[in-house]
Amino acid sequence: MHDTPDIADRRDAVCVIGAGASGLATIKNLREHGFAVDCYERETSVGGAWNWRHDRSPVYANTHLISSRPLTEFPDFPMPDSWPDYPHHSQVLSYLERYAKHFGLGEHIWFGTEVVSAVPVGDGRWDVTTRSTGGGSSRVQRYAAVIAANGHNWSPAKPDIPGANSQEAWKGQIIHSAQFKDPAQLRNRKVLVIGGGNTGCDIAVEAAQQATTVWHSTRRGYWYAPKYVLGRPADQVNDRLLKWRLPLKLRQWLYRRTLALTTGDLTRYGLPAPDHRPYESHPIVNSQLPYYLGHGRIKAVPDVLRFAEGRAELADGRRIDPDLVITATGYAPRFEFLAPELIGTEESGRPDLHLHAFARKHPTLAVVGLLQPDAGLLPLAHWQSVAVARWLQLRREDPVRAAAVQQKESARPVSSWSRRQVVATRRHWFEVDHIAYLKSVGELLREMEPAT
Amino acid sequence: MSDLLRFEDWTSPVPPVEREVLSRLVEGEDEQPPLLFVPGPSMGAWAFAEHWLTHAAGRGFPAHALTPRADGDLRAHVHDVVQTAASLPRQTVLIGHGAGALVVSHALARYPARAAVLVAPAVDRWATLGAGLKTNPFGTLRGRPRLNRKQLFSAGVDAEAYLSRLVFPRRLTASKEAPRPVGSPPVLVVGSPDDRVVPRKSLDRVATRYGGAPLLFPGMAHALMLDTGWQEPIDAILDWLTKELHAGS
Ligand SMILES: Cc1cc2nc3c(=O)[nH]c(=O)nc-3n(C[C@H](O)[C@H](O)[C@H](O)COP(=O)(O)OP(=O)(O)OC[C@H]3O[C@@H](n4cnc5c(N)ncnc54)[C@H](O)[C@@H]3O)c2cc1C
Ligand SMILES: NC(=O)c1ccc[n+]([C@@H]2O[C@H](COP(=O)([O-])OP(=O)(O)OC[C@H]3O[C@@H](n4cnc5c(N)ncnc54)[C@H](OP(=O)(O)O)[C@@H]3O)[C@@H](O)[C@H]2O)c1
Repeated sequence: MHDTPDIADRRDAVCVIGAGASGLATIKNLREHGFAVDCYERETSVGGAWNWRHDRSPVYANTHLISSRPLTEFPDFPMPDSWPDYPHHSQVLSYLERYAKHFGLGEHIWFGTEVVSAVPVGDGRWDVTTRSTGGGSSRVQRYAAVIAANGHNWSPAKPDIPGANSQEAWKGQIIHSAQFKDPAQLRNRKVLVIGGGNTGCDIAVEAAQQATTVWHSTRRGYWYAPKYVLGRPADQVNDRLLKWRLPLKLRQWLYRRTLALTTGDLTRYGLPAPDHRPYESHPIVNSQLPYYLGHGRIKAVPDVLRFAEGRAELADGRRIDPDLVITATGYAPRFEFLAPELIGTEESGRPDLHLHAFARKHPTLAVVGLLQPDAGLLPLAHWQSVAVARWLQLRREDPVRAAAVQQKESARPVSSWSRRQVVATRRHWFEVDHIAYLKSVGELLREMEPAT
Repeated sequence: MSDLLRFEDWTSPVPPVEREVLSRLVEGEDEQPPLLFVPGPSMGAWAFAEHWLTHAAGRGFPAHALTPRADGDLRAHVHDVVQTAASLPRQTVLIGHGAGALVVSHALARYPARAAVLVAPAVDRWATLGAGLKTNPFGTLRGRPRLNRKQLFSAGVDAEAYLSRLVFPRRLTASKEAPRPVGSPPVLVVGSPDDRVVPRKSLDRVATRYGGAPLLFPGMAHALMLDTGWQEPIDAILDWLTKELHAGS
């Protein structure tokens, strides 16, 4: 390996990719640990997914949090306690903007700049190529570490339904939920929503108030949790059970009981019964879906097999005639700037990282925010970035101890931090139980405590 | 561990209240970080509005003071301090006085302050109890302790008006010592060897915990910010702060 003269050496500086919630926390926590940071953000402002002005933002006009405020805010910068239990997406954006301003993060961010590649050059260092988003010339700089906080909810995963895009089979319009922004898009149309994640459920509810007809297609039964239980946000009640350390079996029983008493039996509306136990799929939190099912405004239908002869053919043989189909089938992680093997990408496209964060073979490469928790993401992203900062610090200051920590961590059973017992679809690749996950990160932090 | 798992905050958040914050802003306010003064629950923001807020603003620091909520426990007071700090435009310097310094020392574990100052910190429960018993046994032994004139003010202070504004809530107690601050802010301890609420030994102990020695102002009573010599300690605090802010950048 030899140096090319036009590579600017940024020495001990760390490169952070993305200035969404995860990237912002990473900049702040690296700075607190004494690192110089260059963050690259391809959009022109902070906020990532929550900045709905960004083309790739997955949020729509009426998005509200599904995790309640105390379980969503950063642990060292609370949201205003005068805000509602479930703030609107514009409040989340203003919160992230205030966080960035409060900690003076803007001066470390290069906006309108995309990272197009990050390549290891030996002894842990990285050559990072950036390009301004509008095109233009690229630039290579050398960093001591690369932390990707590029988000995993912006690249639409689209189902391949035969006939969907053929004018002969069907004349309607098909869009992915990422292109759904405004309820007006649904007005006076016959809408079929495909996908039973939180997006699909939200859009079905929205359509129930705007469209003439609404079908909601799900390929399995789910546990639909209400936003409130016993007058409190449902996640706060759930954490009470976790605080009492009730065993999973008992929590599953309580979950069934609670849903039976609140949401009730949804199979009467034609939804399939869940094919898995509670806590084995990403939580769906929606109080309004059962309401509109009960009012006949949403019709539950099974999988769509194909489009043919101007109609959509369903798995139960029925044929329906929507003129707008919205596929709310989720998002796929994308790391185009990294060679797949750097993050242990499996055949399916799923990266394999320690704690979903640390590259197993590259100690100076980490990902922050690649999680699907059963609570807000921000607290987890915060502690991940603290762990990353302490790890880089330890590696710099005490390589011998760092090696020992690495050894110990590699022996940690995956089942201690990753939720294994889940429906085996892409949606659950990064599913974690927030308590178990935070415990594991806490243990890692303790191992890296400065020796006193 | 409890650092990461915050069941109490997740399952029973502190109920919000209207908070009184008095502010003295600075024109074109961007040079210096904001200061947030936190009195003990016997006093209110008024105690700082008397001299220190205006003086600090005069030296270029946007200055704010928070009135503690009525009858809150330590957790509620910490919540209010962190909420107020996070509502300010920039990373804030926390300055607590008396039992307010106890609140600040715990708030530091919840919010990465730019710096912190503990003024006459009533942090050691037994030390303050002992000192109180010496000068004011009856006031100290009450469930809602009453500080008296002799403890709070030196002889030259026209204290009547101040005394009439004091309130007497329950004693603030911490079940454990304050956890390590997040973001490793510089911390200064300020006090007086003649304070009859917080003994000298206690000042030394608290300062040692934060890796320094206390800055002392002999002859002053517990309420330094209301004393006739109020200007000397606030100037010393702002000088220290100015030095620390430059050392960091
Ligand atoms: C509809 C919806 C609702 C949600 N509701 C909740 C909720 O209630 N609670 C909750 O906690 N979470 C929720 N989430 C999850 C949400 O994704 C997270 O809260 C959070 O936004 C993730 O932040 P992030 O920084 O990890 O990713 P993002 O917000 O996606 O930010 C990534 C940033 O990286 C930038 N970037 C990516 N690649 C590059 C590159 N190569 N070069 C330069 N910049 C790059 C992007 O432009 C973006 O700004 C929701 C998600 C969706 C889709
Ligand atoms: N705050 C909010 O209000 C809010 C709103 C929306 C989303 N979110 C969050 O945003 C993230 C993304 O949510 P999302 O709902 O967009 O995606 P998601 O959680 O991945 O859900 C995708 C849904 O589509 C189904 N699906 C996937 N591929 C399919 C296919 N080929 N054919 C038929 N069905 C298919 C999935 O079924 P399987 O279950 O079988 O995989 C699942 O029901 C989640 O973390 C979610 O919690 C939050």
